Amino acid sequence: MSTAQTLTRPEPAAAAGRAAPPRRTRPASPLLSKGVVNGVLVAAMLWTVLPLTWLVIAATKGYADLYSTGGFEFARVRLWENLVELFTFGDGLFLRWLLNSFLYAGVGALASSLISVLAGYAFDKFRFPGKERWFGLVLLGVLVPAAVTTVPLYLMASDLGLTNSFWGVFLPGLASPFGVYLGRVFSSAYVPDELLEATRVDGAGELRTFWQIAFPLLRPAFATLFLFGFTGGWNAFFMPLLMLSDHQLYPVGLGLFMWRQLINTDQDLYYPLLMTGSLVAILPLIVAFFSLQRYWKAGLTAGAVK
Amino acid sequence: MPPTRSGLARRQYGVAALFTAPFFLLFFAFTLAPIGYGAWLSLHREQTSGLGLGGEPEQVFVGLDNFTRALTDGRFLGSFATVGVYCLVYIPIMIGIALLLALLLDSVYARAKRFFQLALYLPNIVPGLIAAMIWTYLYTPGLSPIIDALAKVGVPFNLGSDAGAVGAVANLTIWMHTGYNVIIFFAALQAVPREVIEASTVDGAGQIRIAWSVKAPMIRGAVVLAVLFTVIGAMQLFTEPFIVRDAATTIDQAWTPSLYIYQLTKAYDMGGAAAASLILTVVLAVASFLVTRFSKKGAAL
Repeated sequence: MSTAQTLTRPEPAAAAGRAAPPRRTRPASPLLSKGVVNGVLVAAMLWTVLPLTWLVIAATKGYADLYSTGGFEFARVRLWENLVELFTFGDGLFLRWLLNSFLYAGVGALASSLISVLAGYAFDKFRFPGKERWFGLVLLGVLVPAAVTTVPLYLMASDLGLTNSFWGVFLPGLASPFGVYLGRVFSSAYVPDELLEATRVDGAGELRTFWQIAFPLLRPAFATLFLFGFTGGWNAFFMPLLMLSDHQLYPVGLGLFMWRQLINTDQDLYYPLLMTGSLVAILPLIVAFFSLQRYWKAGLTAGAVK
Repeated sequence: MPPTRSGLARRQYGVAALFTAPFFLLFFAFTLAPIGYGAWLSLHREQTSGLGLGGEPEQVFVGLDNFTRALTDGRFLGSFATVGVYCLVYIPIMIGIALLLALLLDSVYARAKRFFQLALYLPNIVPGLIAAMIWTYLYTPGLSPIIDALAKVGVPFNLGSDAGAVGAVANLTIWMHTGYNVIIFFAALQAVPREVIEASTVDGAGQIRIAWSVKAPMIRGAVVLAVLFTVIGAMQLFTEPFIVRDAATTIDQAWTPSLYIYQLTKAYDMGGAAAASLILTVVLAVASFLVTRFSKKGAAL
């Protein structure tokens, strides 16, 4: 660290001694002008947005047009027909998958966020024996890779008869060590200790204090955890792939995957289903993301920058 | 007043237990118990006594047999080689682009910072499965304007080659994860004290010099943490190659350790799958250790 300082030190001094240009009028470095900076940012943005644009356009096409017209040009727009086909195919199978995803990801994220906020709040505000050791266990849990638990979980579920059931996918996702860690960080940031002291002196019970005083203050934390849980649950693939074989129980991602496997059996049918289905499957994420965008950055940063 | 204080403390134990119980119950049931069960499984093999019909399969203790089987399986070792090459391609490029974009966003020249952050983050919320399907089409010659343009300027992209497969998967994951790290790096940059930057400006340092020599070293912690999480995620790569392999024919069933484990699970070789999972976990732990160790060494220089 000290060497890094001594290495950089002489340079500015030398530069200053060499020319000492007047600061105000010094021309912007040609490599890094306003145009170049924003140009690179626009290029990066195009790279992130173009594949999604391609999906939007592909969702408006029939199978023949998908291959006979360019990826970024519109052919005959048949988005409505594609949507009707998507939601009526197989007695509304796709709608069923969407509902399943809302249960797995939506209800799952609600429950999981509540569990995390409760535990994080307890770690922040209460004194109990072995507290830091328990929290150490939580932090170790953050580092456990999904790879090591997935296969045994599948077998345990199969012993309990939970494979191919709602609970087999729903329950394993509820405990989030990272969520508890964030819950503790948020609780110390948003809930002042003095406030709790005051309510304790007033003789309010801890449960009532949590619900009426702390929880409203923790709502941003709850929203962040919910957003993470919802996207994580909606995007889960490996676990449902192992656990489920009944199509009726599939989350939307796994359902789309099944259609993709079937694609060569009837391309006219499955291509539009897959494209339009993928687009519709992303929409809830985009809605959740934009409606909760006030919170997501706070969550990302709290998790990464201590 | 000591009596009330200890009364309060005791009441706190109870409430703390109540508040943390849901998490720890689920954590024990769905994280710790599976780890223990996995360790047990890795030392056993399922055998069916008799001729199958009516014969209950039983678990036979086989010692470290599953581990030696995995470690002598060329396909399993090969999967680590592939994922290693993939990490060497993916991680420096992804972290490099993310750092560059974050520094550009943090520079005095950038406009519409909030808009760019949202746009760059967008791919991160797209399910890996759907992202992989989109890019698979964008890799298809004749469908993809990018591939066609590359071919025109004499850079043919061959998805059927080993390098093409690594490149295709890396491009996809770079697309998915760069924006997430841009946000994290940008937030860390915002926390760099403005006085430090002003001081370097007064010293006559140019914007590029400030970005590289002042700002970047100050968010070192955020970058190291991002590399750590990226290594852990990248070595467990599963969904993306699982989908892209429809087009990239060199991606086989044991292209990454996770694909290998999945294939063993599907073949009901649970002992083998559990042993392979544990080996992957050990490799992950060693890799995480090396990342933190290496970064500490770098910081001491």
